Amino acid sequence: MELGAYSFGDTPRNPDGSLRPTAESIRNLHDAIVLADENGLDYFGVGEHHTLDMPASSPGTVIAAAAAATKQIKLGSGASIISTDDPVRVFQQFAIADAVSGGGRVEITAGRGSSVETFPLFGYDLADYDRLYEEKLDLLMRINNSETESVRWSGTVRPAIDDLAVVPRPVNGSIPIWVATGGSAPSSVRAGKLGLPVSYGIIGGAPARFAPLAQLYRASAAQAGHTGEDIKVSVAALGLIAPTKKEALDRFYPGWHNLNIEMGKLRGWPAPDKRQFLAQADFPGAYYVGDPDEVAERIVDLHGHMGHMRHFLQMDIGGLPHEHFLESLTLLATEVKPRVERLLKSK
Amino acid sequence: MSVPQQRSAGAQTIGILGAGRVGTAVARQALKAGYEVRIATAKPVEDIALLVEIVTPGALAVTAAEAAEADVVVLAVPMHKYLTLDPELLAGKTVIDAMNHWVPIDGEIEDFDNDNRTTSEIIQAHLPDSRVVKTLNHIGYHDLEADGRSPGSSERRALALAGDDDGAKATVASFINRLGYDPVDAGPLAAGRAFQPGTDIFNGSHTAERLGAIMAAECELAGV
Repeated sequence: MELGAYSFGDTPRNPDGSLRPTAESIRNLHDAIVLADENGLDYFGVGEHHTLDMPASSPGTVIAAAAAATKQIKLGSGASIISTDDPVRVFQQFAIADAVSGGGRVEITAGRGSSVETFPLFGYDLADYDRLYEEKLDLLMRINNSETESVRWSGTVRPAIDDLAVVPRPVNGSIPIWVATGGSAPSSVRAGKLGLPVSYGIIGGAPARFAPLAQLYRASAAQAGHTGEDIKVSVAALGLIAPTKKEALDRFYPGWHNLNIEMGKLRGWPAPDKRQFLAQADFPGAYYVGDPDEVAERIVDLHGHMGHMRHFLQMDIGGLPHEHFLESLTLLATEVKPRVERLLKSK
Repeated sequence: MSVPQQRSAGAQTIGILGAGRVGTAVARQALKAGYEVRIATAKPVEDIALLVEIVTPGALAVTAAEAAEADVVVLAVPMHKYLTLDPELLAGKTVIDAMNHWVPIDGEIEDFDNDNRTTSEIIQAHLPDSRVVKTLNHIGYHDLEADGRSPGSSERRALALAGDDDGAKATVASFINRLGYDPVDAGPLAAGRAFQPGTDIFNGSHTAERLGAIMAAECELAGV
């Protein structure tokens, strides 16, 4: 089981709650990825949001820098909003990061995005939401699966590519492309039919509810004739590890509260409710907040339902103090990981 | 304000249009309550058979026409696809509008943004011969399967319903009750404004008493 983290960038806050410069969050994020690598964490994902409090708007850029500064950690987007980007550019950015990394450490996760900020920003029409995603994922896969640098593609959402070079090619021939989903059944079917690995973002409710979706994904893949190592599942969830459960709750709650306030403004979320937080932060809830023992046990429990091969946590939200982020990453790599391995072996 | 339980108005079959998170959650909860459940999407039946078998075991994958033959039809497609709903298929049917249009999530859709009516009234206008009842839009799909309680349980959660046809509302009230919630009649379809996104009712979880109090307070504010 691979363990990791993901982040959209988390703009630090002043004591009065106001946001500090967005550039600081990028620097913090970079330092966190480097530390995670040094501690032996398996994976770090960088997600694409375009907000003042989550400013890692260009995952490929963050990942290219991290690729140069790290040795073993796998780096991926979580997710790249390909609907409103150019798949040629996304591929090129990640292929370059792959080359910088030495090869085989860089992945793309393609998503539609749970928000629509990128549509006005890049001049797309929301009415084309489905078609943009479908066609652009098709183009991204076409480029990735191409035997040579020469690509041929035509569709309706961007000009055709008639035998043009898309370079560089990935070191190992192709880059793993994952499909991100919030857990709708049709998305699981789509990922299975495409034969792509699937990443479930579980942000609320009991994660074990996703078990039938993972089963549906695998069955859809098998039905379409896709077998082999690309048919795999990862789980992305919120969480924070601290030496004790109490510390983990105390450290994570203020940022969770801030995030809910911000998202409330942007997306109409209801006001945060601490009881809801506490319920989600305990088994069988969706927040992996706790000491290393608890978090390890809950990850292994979910593995019994989902059979996932990677579990990664979004820790830095709402201005989480940087030292708490770093300690959580370190505990995940050095304390949770050996426990997960031991528990999985003894099953 | 609570609608009396009318077992006689009870439906036996539930048709669900849409197999996303809302549609499948309603399907599972309806199956638990003992209904025969049929699910249809815009795709051919064979394309959703596996999905239905695994995600909503016990339900039947059917065509939209077959789903529309059920006693109650639940609309659970993305709101911007409402024009794909066939008015002829749904004519005369009791139809639950479980959909929401939420600008921060869905972006602006001209049909809704330049219209003062509630989304359910726009759906009703698109389905002129259907008996539209707005409900199930203001409970999260996680919660729907977790919060249901048997009738009479203390702190049982309530769900509001609004519609212009009393018979349809009685049928839907009975359905809501069997799903595990106290049905609360909010009045005509236009009154569904009280539980659209962003309202207290939409954002919270309430008992029938509390739900009634919120609606009464809003009526007072509005001088109704």
